[in-house]
Parts: sequence; structure tokens; C-alpha cells
Amino acid sequence: MAEVFPKESIDALAIGAWILGTGGGGSPYLAQLNLKHLYAQGKRCRLIQPEDLADDDIVAVVSQMGAPLVAQERLVDPTYLARAVRLMEEYLGQRFAAIMAVEIGGGNAFSPFLAAALLDLPVVDADAMGRAFPEAQNTSFAIGNLKMYPLSLVDCRDNEAIVSKVPSWIWMERISRKITTEVGSIAATCKAPRTGAEVKEWGILHTVTKAIGIGEAVLKARRVHANPITSILDQEGGIQLFAGKVTDVDRITTGGFLRGSAQFAGLGESQGQRFVLEFQNEWLVALGNDEPLAMSPDLICVLDTDSGEAIGTETVRYGQRVTVVVLPSPDILRTTQGLENVGPRAFGYDFDYRSVFSQ
Amino acid sequence: MKRIGIDVGGTNTDAVLIDGTRIIASMKVPTTADVMTGVVNATRGLMERDPSSGGSRGQTVDAVMLGTTHFTNAVVERANLERIAVIRISLPAAASLPPGVDWPADIRETVNPMIFMVDGGHEYDGRPLVPLDRKAIAKAAYRIADAGIKSVAIVALFSPLTTACEEEAADIVRSIVPDVRITLSNTLGRIGLLERENVAMLNAALQAIGRKTVDAFGKALSEAGIDTPFYLTQNDGTVVIAEVAAQSPVYSFASGPTNSMRGAALLTGLQDAIVADVGGTTTDIGCLVNGFPREANNIVEVGGVRTLFRMPDLLPIGLGGGSIVDLETGRIGPRSVGYRITDEALVFGGTILTASDLAVAAERADFGDRRRVRKLDSGLVRHLLDRTVTMLEENIDRMKTSADPVDLIAVGGGAFLVPDKLAGVARVLRVEHSDVANAIGAAMAQVSGEIDQVFSGVSRDVALAEAENIAKSRAREAGARPDSLKTIEVEDIPLAYLPGGSRRVRVRVVGDIAYGA
Repeated sequence: MAEVFPKESIDALAIGAWILGTGGGGSPYLAQLNLKHLYAQGKRCRLIQPEDLADDDIVAVVSQMGAPLVAQERLVDPTYLARAVRLMEEYLGQRFAAIMAVEIGGGNAFSPFLAAALLDLPVVDADAMGRAFPEAQNTSFAIGNLKMYPLSLVDCRDNEAIVSKVPSWIWMERISRKITTEVGSIAATCKAPRTGAEVKEWGILHTVTKAIGIGEAVLKARRVHANPITSILDQEGGIQLFAGKVTDVDRITTGGFLRGSAQFAGLGESQGQRFVLEFQNEWLVALGNDEPLAMSPDLICVLDTDSGEAIGTETVRYGQRVTVVVLPSPDILRTTQGLENVGPRAFGYDFDYRSVFSQ
Repeated sequence: MKRIGIDVGGTNTDAVLIDGTRIIASMKVPTTADVMTGVVNATRGLMERDPSSGGSRGQTVDAVMLGTTHFTNAVVERANLERIAVIRISLPAAASLPPGVDWPADIRETVNPMIFMVDGGHEYDGRPLVPLDRKAIAKAAYRIADAGIKSVAIVALFSPLTTACEEEAADIVRSIVPDVRITLSNTLGRIGLLERENVAMLNAALQAIGRKTVDAFGKALSEAGIDTPFYLTQNDGTVVIAEVAAQSPVYSFASGPTNSMRGAALLTGLQDAIVADVGGTTTDIGCLVNGFPREANNIVEVGGVRTLFRMPDLLPIGLGGGSIVDLETGRIGPRSVGYRITDEALVFGGTILTASDLAVAAERADFGDRRRVRKLDSGLVRHLLDRTVTMLEENIDRMKTSADPVDLIAVGGGAFLVPDKLAGVARVLRVEHSDVANAIGAAMAQVSGEIDQVFSGVSRDVALAEAENIAKSRAREAGARPDSLKTIEVEDIPLAYLPGGSRRVRVRVVGDIAYGA
């Protein structure tokens, strides 16, 4: 049943979503601030479980697209996320029963909440990545080969667009990215609508609850002066890859992505060992002695050793004391089709996925 | 070329008189409640100690450089802040998060900003977002005049890249309310609307106290017999003529630690080093790059307000000469006896075990009465001091940019807590006059010019060259002698999801003051 999403969960969601962002996804700060502001104005959101959706319900899948730098100026405005949802309803001639996130990792975890607070629709406890990834073809809906159109896109100047048909997820990514760039590299989008049945079959379920659980574990550990990283690992069944300090960061942008690598020297139990993390917006592969230790789609999270706070690929820098943990990826991302879309080869690596959990 | 440097701290007012790079006299007097008496006392004391002045007082001094914590204190204490108006030019974007949305409630109530949000601003590539709504700005100006508000912050979308909207809005406001003081966000902050707006709003709220403080300093100096130009130290380690500095009080935030770092650089002649400024309660660790403090590239909270502008990259740790040692837990700091150390530390006859007592017991320092710490177990003392060393080593390493060993300069009254050998440190340097390094840094300060801008569609070389030219022209405007300009910082960061190989470029240049310019 629909439960009111409590105000107290906003901060926990922000911490958890940032950790699930696996280095990317953009900081949730502005979205979190918006939701708090909406709650202060008396608005409320409701959270429903995907199991409560009827098979023929239609669900809006929302996200804010664009460059993190532009979002720092133009900010995040719930009005346009809500408008993207309404625009899609107008195009479809149907009403949505609920709203969900495309990406639980980073700021977009909040996008359905921001729209829902204005539209009085419930938010579904699910997303389509279970983490953050750079592009549309990285979603579980793309893995399920579901229909990738239509998409609605809204800019704050009454520029509204519908991408009514495309032949592939990659075309959808190219065209919607191009429109976004034209309107200033920031836009609110409502992706291809999903039926309740599709969400239940292909969505990654209960990820809002998961993010809040991670955030609460961190907050609680801080309150009682316990180790927040141990709390995260206990909560999620993750493993600690190593603890150490950042010794070098190398970044380049190619094709609009932030790529590069970060090097670490082990401390404590990992003393004397060297590790490398490679990233493409998100942390993708962890290497120890040049051998891949962990890799996408498993969630590689770089956390501040003291606070448990996530550290992004844009903000990692020399000298930071970090603990790198791996959280299990949703099963669907590790299917044959899943690995084709989000396994190491999808990001240009010449090796097959190997789980760090079965070693 | 004689100069006086004065750094007004919370506890002490430190002052030095220098001739070129030679230190003629130094003073440490208690900061007085009215501040200015302390400044007069320190200045008079310096003049009396100058053998060459022959009692002729201030005539031989070419400039006075003042560093002050007044403005930071006003924000932290929510005192002496004036009511402001803020005009944000960004609609229809950014409407859901109005100015001041992320301020703590108490400071928001104190400043009580009158808020206007109007159409306009630019995109990152210089295109206008929508046409500027000039009528709305004029309407805002009339309401500002009616409310009797004297200070206005103007903030436009992407103004660090395109300043036109803020400048035009300022002209409109000034034409309607001629005597109003205006802060343009592009002159202070960086990309990041809320954080830049916060800086502009704080700066606007500090206009009255800025004016008042500069007037009072002027009066204090003339009381001490000095009528030469005086400058305020800024948080990048340079100075600005006081009249101009009064318009940008936010640039004085954190100027104290910055002055210490500049002093450390000047006293050692080192250009690249880590500085540990060990005080009574905290140690500020900073990093000198080309002789200047490295800037923070992240959000810094001032009195609970998130800001993103030119602030030194400082890592404060809770370790100082007065840090309290808890024998049960083995914890050292962050609690401290602070300025009460001369009463409360064991070696001064008190009852509280402090970090200073450990240093005296281990014969690393020699003050107070060593007999009073004789019964401390030497193994325990060594163990506890090792912990302070680990704290220093870890945090020094955090401030380094690579694993290579660096030189470390130890300054401040608690510098004895820094041992001669530290992991990751090539040499530990100590300097004479280390206790007034801040005043020396102030006295020797130069002027600077800075740019922080996104460049698109041009090569890296072209972007860097253009940025350097702009920074140099800004330094000349700030009063630098053109032939003395030196580029001290160049940083460029490629940006994700933006077309045309966009990169953010930050360049800073410094030069000597052009006297009489």
C-alpha cells in the first residue's frame, strides 16, 4: 500500500543514492534541497511497492538529463519534471498511475519524488539500473529489449519535445542527448512509459528502500560512533576490497564522458598493496596487481574511510583516505543480455565479467 | 621601502615593521575589545622601536597592511550584518530554490533578505537564457528604495562566464537608487549559482561593517601618527587598497591563516611547501604553491553558509599547544585550554595535562616548570607524543598532491609540537619570528588578478593563453606593477557531458604594488 514517504528519510535517501551512484550520477544535494523545500511547503510523497501495481497500470520513468556543471547553475526544478510527465500523458492520451526513477544512483533518485510531490502520484520503489550508469542502453529495460520510445523532454523556456520513434536505445540516447545539449545541456525527461507488468518483470525492485537502508545505516553508525562502512557491508552483504589512500588521479574527457583512473596505496590490512580503479563517469573496474578484481555491473563504491560518505569520480583527489567496497549487482544486470549492455566489454574492456563474490 | 604588517587575531594583535625583507621590529599585544586600541598600541610600539625613524613617527612608512577577522566574526556571530536585497536574474530557470534557501535559519532572520527573481541570465555557451526583464529590475529598485535598503546583491545565471546581465541590472538599480552599494556575484564567486549567490549575499550584508572597519582602521593609524595608504589582506595571500577592500569584505575570510602561510614562505624563501601553523587549539595545515596558499576547489562553509569562491585550502585539525590530554582514552584534543594555557597547563602550575606539558616532559620544549611534569611516565609521554606525530603525518599527507616528500614549515606558538622528522616530509623548517609569521606575511604582501572561466570550442593552449591575459589585466586593475606580474597558478579541468571540448580554466597572477599609481 502507499505509505507517506517520511521527511526523516530524505537525508538517508540522499546518502544512500550517492553511494549507489558508484562515483557518478551527480550529487543529490540540489534535488534533496528541493524535496526538503517542498516538504516545508506542506507537499508530501507516497511510496508504493512495485507488487502493488496492476499489470496494466502505466508508470512514468523520469530523470533529469544533462551536464552536472550546468545543473549547478540552472539547478533542479520539480516543475519541469512534473511537466515532462504531463506532456507524456498528453501525447499518450492516458494517465499515469505512478512514477519511478530510471537511475537510483545519484541525484536522479529524487527525480520521481520531485515530480510526484507536485502531481500527487505515488513513487514506485524501483528503478532501472540499481546504481548509476552513463547511458540509456545501460538500463534493465534496455536489457529486457522493451520499447525505447516515446520520450518527452522539457526545458524551462517552454521548449517541449517528443522523440516519438527510434530504432534502438543507442539512437534514443543520441537524439535525446542532442536535444538536451541544444537547450543548454539540461532538461527534464520522461522516458518510454512502462506498464505495471513490465516494471515488475524488468524493473530493479525495492531500490528506494535499499538506498534509504544504506543511508540509515551510515547515519546510525555516525550517531553511535560505530564504523559506517562495516554497517553498509552488513546491510548489503558487500565486501571490502581494500582500504587505503588515493595516490594519483588521471582524468580525460572523451565523447562527453569523464574517463580516467585513480591509484591507491593500501593502508592497514591492505598495507603494501597497490590498487587502481578505472572510471567512465562511474567506477567500472578495480584492478589489483594489474588483474581485474571487481568490475561492472557489480557496484564499486569509494567511501570516505571516516564518514562513510561516497566520493565521486569528479571529486576524488590525492591524499583522501578511502575504503573501496563492492556491493552485489542486481541479478538482471548479470544475465547474458545484461552483461552485453553493462558488463566490462560494453565499456571497451577486453575481458569477461567475473564476480568478486564467487571467488 | 618600509612597511608595517598588522594581523588582528581573536587573542593577539601581531605587528611587524619591515624594510624590504629585513625585520626591524615586531610586537605582540592583546587584541582589545574595541580592536582599534590594540592597533594603535601595536603601531606606536613599532615606531618607538624603529631606531631609524628618530621619533619622526609615520613619515618613513610607505604602507600599512592590515589583516582582520572582523568580517568572519560578524558572519559567525550573526552580528553587525545589515539588511539586504537580492536580485536573482535566472527565471524561468532555478525558480524552485530561492535565494537563501540553504541558509541556517538564524542568519537568514538576521539578514532578512528582500528577494527578487527576474527573467534573464545566460547559458554556459554565452547565449542568453531569455531576454533580460529590465522593467522587473526597475520595479525591484523602487521597492528597495522604499524599504530603505542600502545594500544589494545581484546574481545572474552563468555570470562568471557572461557578466552582461549583472552589469546592466546594476546600472538600472543605480539609476533609481543612486546611493545603494551593489555586489555583483561575478566579481566574487564561481560556477555554482547557490554558492555564488551566498557569497554575494554575505558580501552585501557586510557592506556597513566593511565601511565602518576601514574608517576605524584609518582613524587608529592616524592616531598613531601614520597617514600613508593602508591595505587589507585578502584570503589569497595578497592585499587590496583599503577603500576597495571595504567593498569585498568576504575576501578577508580566512586571511589570518593565509598571512601565516605567506609569512612562512617569505621567511624561508621556499615556494613550494606544506605549512603547519600550530596554535593553541588547532593546527592549520596548508599548502604553498609558488609561494602562495593553494586555493580550495570545493565548498567551504562560513558560519553555516555554503560558499564557493576564492578561499585557501586549509585543513584544520584539533591539535595545538593547549590540547587537553585524556589519560583514560589516550585522546589528545580537540578540546583545548586555549588562551588559559598559562594558568591551566601543568607546567604553568595548573591541573590540566596538555600537549605542551608532554612536549616539556619530553624535553622538546622548554617553558614553565619542568619539575611539575617530572612524575609523568616517560614511556606514556613518548606514546602520546607519537600519537600527535601520527595526526600530523596523516593530515600533512592529505594536503599533499603527490607521494613525493615535501618540505614542511612549522610556524605558530605551538610549532614545538612538530618534530624534526616526519614520514613523507623531506625537511622540517623552523623560522625566526615564527610567532609573528602572520604579520610578516601581511607586511610583505603583493596584489593579484584571477580568472575562473569555462572555455568551449577553442584549443587548450588558446584557452590557457586567453585566461592568463584576463588574469593579468585584472591584476593591473588591482594596482599591480605590470612588469612585476608572475603567473602562480594554472589549473584546467575537462568537463563531462558538454560539447566542444569544454574546460574550466583557473589562472592567478601576482605582482608588486605600483606605488603612487
